[in-house]
Amino acid sequence: MGISIAFWILALIGVIAALAVVLLRDVFRAALSLVLCFLTVAGIYITLSADFLAAVQILIYVGAISVLIILAIMLTREVQHGSPSNRLQIPAFIVAILFLGGVAFAMLNTPWPVSSAPPLEPTTPALAGLLFGKGGFILPVEIAPLLLLAAILGAIALVREK
Amino acid sequence: MVGLEHYLILSAVLFSIGLYGALAKRNAIVILMSIELMLNGVNIALVAFSRYIVPLLLTGQVFVIFVMVVAAAEVAVGLAIIIAIYRHRETIDVTKINLMKW
Repeated sequence: MGISIAFWILALIGVIAALAVVLLRDVFRAALSLVLCFLTVAGIYITLSADFLAAVQILIYVGAISVLIILAIMLTREVQHGSPSNRLQIPAFIVAILFLGGVAFAMLNTPWPVSSAPPLEPTTPALAGLLFGKGGFILPVEIAPLLLLAAILGAIALVREK
Repeated sequence: MVGLEHYLILSAVLFSIGLYGALAKRNAIVILMSIELMLNGVNIALVAFSRYIVPLLLTGQVFVIFVMVVAAAEVAVGLAIIIAIYRHRETIDVTKINLMKW
């Protein structure tokens, strides 16, 4: 019962914050409502009993990515131009509504094989076993730092003063 | 009682809002923020599937971790490209950036 109430409150705040991201005129306020949306997604992870992911969401999204976005907004003096829409506003709205309708129809009419087993908690030891244990995801874990290194080098090379 | 469908609809709503923003906005940073919204919607769907269909395997949560890694790399490179474009052209309006259009 408590999880249901938490889900509805978090979902409502999250959807309103997401709408504010695309509808607000002020880019800086849009970035702040994006942070609020990330926080509610972390709460949604907690209602799904994914405790480790909620912590990672707050560390990476609320902590790092939002700081990067706000820094980029401040470095590019585009704030006074606001966040205008292009000529595709109405077609984009129609495409988004059609996509939402199609996906919602497919999701509600698929007989998902829902398991009645209780969720695993805490999830951190199990995730560590999956990521680093035998027969787990050790190869993707090794490739991920390579991607991050390439991204860091690319970002430095792109913004370096010539 | 909240079930799998509620989470899936929430993720679809977040993805659609992000899709609208990515298609209809002119500020490149707002487009990047909309893409982050879409990634978060997909993550919610993955965690919901992991919780309700295979609650003891956690494979969906592992996928979400890798999606977050890729999202972090994408934001770093994307914002670097935006700042590099702003230095050269003094604008990040994507309707005015038509360097590669022929």
